Amino acid sequence: MKTKGLVIEAGRTERQYWKDLWNYRELFYFLAWRDILVRYKQTAIGIAWALIRPFLTMVVFTVVFGNLAKLPSDGAPYPILVFSAMLPWQFFANALSECSNSLIANSNLISKVYFPRLIVPSSAVLVSFVDFMISGMILLGLMAWYNFVPDWRILLLPLFILIAFAAAVGSGLWLAALNVEYRDFRYIVPFIVQFGLYISPVGFSSSIVPEEWRLLYSLNPMVGVIDGFRWAILGGNSNIYLPGFLLSMGLVLLLLVSGIWYFRKMERTFADVI
Amino acid sequence: MTHSIIRVENLSKKYVISHQRESSSVHQYRALRDVISDKVRSLGRNLVKSGKNKLPDPTCEEFWALRDVSFDIQQGEAIGIIGRNGAGKSTLLKILSRITEPTAGRIVVQGRVASLLEVGTGFHPELTGRENIYLNGSILGMARSEIQKKFDEIVAFAEVEKFLDTPVKRYSSGMYVRLAFAVAAHLEPEILVVDEVLAVGDSAFQKKCLGKMGDVATKEGRTVLFVSHSMQAVSQLTKRCILLSKGNVQFDGNTNRAINLYLASPKDSAEQPAYYRAPANKTGNYLAWAKVHTSEAEGIHCWGNSITFEFALHITQPDANLLFTFQVVSAFQQQICNFWFSEPDAPFCRAPGTFILRCEIPKFRLYMGLYTLKAWICNPRDQTVLEKLMDICPFEITMHNFERPEYQWGADECTYLEDAVWQIAETCSENSDSISVIAS
Repeated sequence: MKTKGLVIEAGRTERQYWKDLWNYRELFYFLAWRDILVRYKQTAIGIAWALIRPFLTMVVFTVVFGNLAKLPSDGAPYPILVFSAMLPWQFFANALSECSNSLIANSNLISKVYFPRLIVPSSAVLVSFVDFMISGMILLGLMAWYNFVPDWRILLLPLFILIAFAAAVGSGLWLAALNVEYRDFRYIVPFIVQFGLYISPVGFSSSIVPEEWRLLYSLNPMVGVIDGFRWAILGGNSNIYLPGFLLSMGLVLLLLVSGIWYFRKMERTFADVI
Repeated sequence: MTHSIIRVENLSKKYVISHQRESSSVHQYRALRDVISDKVRSLGRNLVKSGKNKLPDPTCEEFWALRDVSFDIQQGEAIGIIGRNGAGKSTLLKILSRITEPTAGRIVVQGRVASLLEVGTGFHPELTGRENIYLNGSILGMARSEIQKKFDEIVAFAEVEKFLDTPVKRYSSGMYVRLAFAVAAHLEPEILVVDEVLAVGDSAFQKKCLGKMGDVATKEGRTVLFVSHSMQAVSQLTKRCILLSKGNVQFDGNTNRAINLYLASPKDSAEQPAYYRAPANKTGNYLAWAKVHTSEAEGIHCWGNSITFEFALHITQPDANLLFTFQVVSAFQQQICNFWFSEPDAPFCRAPGTFILRCEIPKFRLYMGLYTLKAWICNPRDQTVLEKLMDICPFEITMHNFERPEYQWGADECTYLEDAVWQIAETCSENSDSISVIAS
């Protein structure tokens, strides 16, 4: 009987990588399960935190941008306008911070046990996705409160969720891999997240950006994602600025592909560097 | 049928060590401004380095952790891997368990490798014992169905039935380690890699672990790679040993010969077991240093050989009542023997200075195990303790020069093994007058 052996040599892991990734899918599930379990342990109100934080931010943004600055709301109630952007933004921001920290937080695993490292940051994104689904309930509540009925476009929402996923994974992989070598990124990430909240059209509609700047504005990949969410949820008057949207999508794709490429390139040395 | 389950061919691994630029370590306290400029500079330097024009960096140095290592391991063998710190043991195991890639050479492995590179890897303190069993199992490469099947067995082995639903952060450290080992021990890989896991847990559990690992190799026909600094455990578990030295295979063969070679090889000056030196800030009468001269290098003593304990007393306030005492203490903090020195005429009772006390025991017959010393300098007259040191000069006693052919020495069989002379006389059943004489 001759069994096919495993060969370990320089550069060999490359070839079996995707097969390994499939073999370790259970670990992916377990890591996500662990993080979800741990997330709200020893908190008094537990999972309610996933509801309270986006809700309060939404209230503040509605008051500041809607009531005080009196920005246009594209015909939808202002809270819904804000929240339809808050959902993908919170998902992106959470995923980004969790993802970039995930390798460092699991450094004891990485330096001791073999598994495809891609599992760690991607399971971190999955955890943020669970929060995303929970805070999605607020959106349903808001819709019921304002008697707002979305049209057929809501059916395309999963597509935009997928795009948000790609954006989060892509940039998350970049930051996670960079963070292993340069801990500078531990300080950069919170800054990106804080800054991004204001330069992305979360508290306002991107239609208030002057026409000549919109293409430039769309260089922020989250602009495309948020516009897509609004288009699908608000329906009616909300329109997608197509060139900008395509630019954003192109950037998301580029981020995802280059993120995986860079992560794979750096992955071999993680255990030595971390 | 035996076939090689692991074949290692010309395996090499290179690390690049970078030395810190001197400028950054000159200032002991650096302003935030320096930290930032330093970070930016190093970031810039690294970005440049990763570009195409690679400059030879004076702050980098190549280091071969492993160089041209080759060996074959058959199925069902239990192999010990020994060597000094930095000999490349851990690197070899890391490559075998695929944590890091070799620089050159290859390994062909037939079957699943599971490593116990440190028990408890991936345990999460907030999760309960039950949850951690599942999590840890899957990290070590078990499928969920497999864990479910073994669950009861794992719990029984770890003896934590009552605390299954308690977060492991509330476990005692013993329970924690038992649970971690239990999960790992119930993996069913073809090849089990074990690195220094036996340094944990109480003695009964250690015994259980050793037994379990012996079973894995002999009864279940799996291959065990065992890395340890405990010569006792290595000689108990394995027949064949690979001795690594500076990244090369120095010896590959019979365990006892490998251990003898290991013990005979010159020791590093940097690491000295069986030695204690007082910290620089001590004042008054104190113990300047202490040393145990064991029969072998590396603080390893063969049972029954002569041993010498040496102490240097630094005396600034001489006193006729000074008493020096030391004790040999077992790994379980049991005080085994007591030695003292008190002489009103001793030179250190009259004049200050540093004095060396030497205490030789011609035949030191403590049973195998790990021992430390406890030392005191005190003044019994006014009941003051001038110096009290615990757990200094760790040394190990082994039985490896004194084999019992039929069965191995077990851990903690006794604490002291005396030389004995036996006599035996036969009684004749026909002659009822004769009496049996057995004298010791």
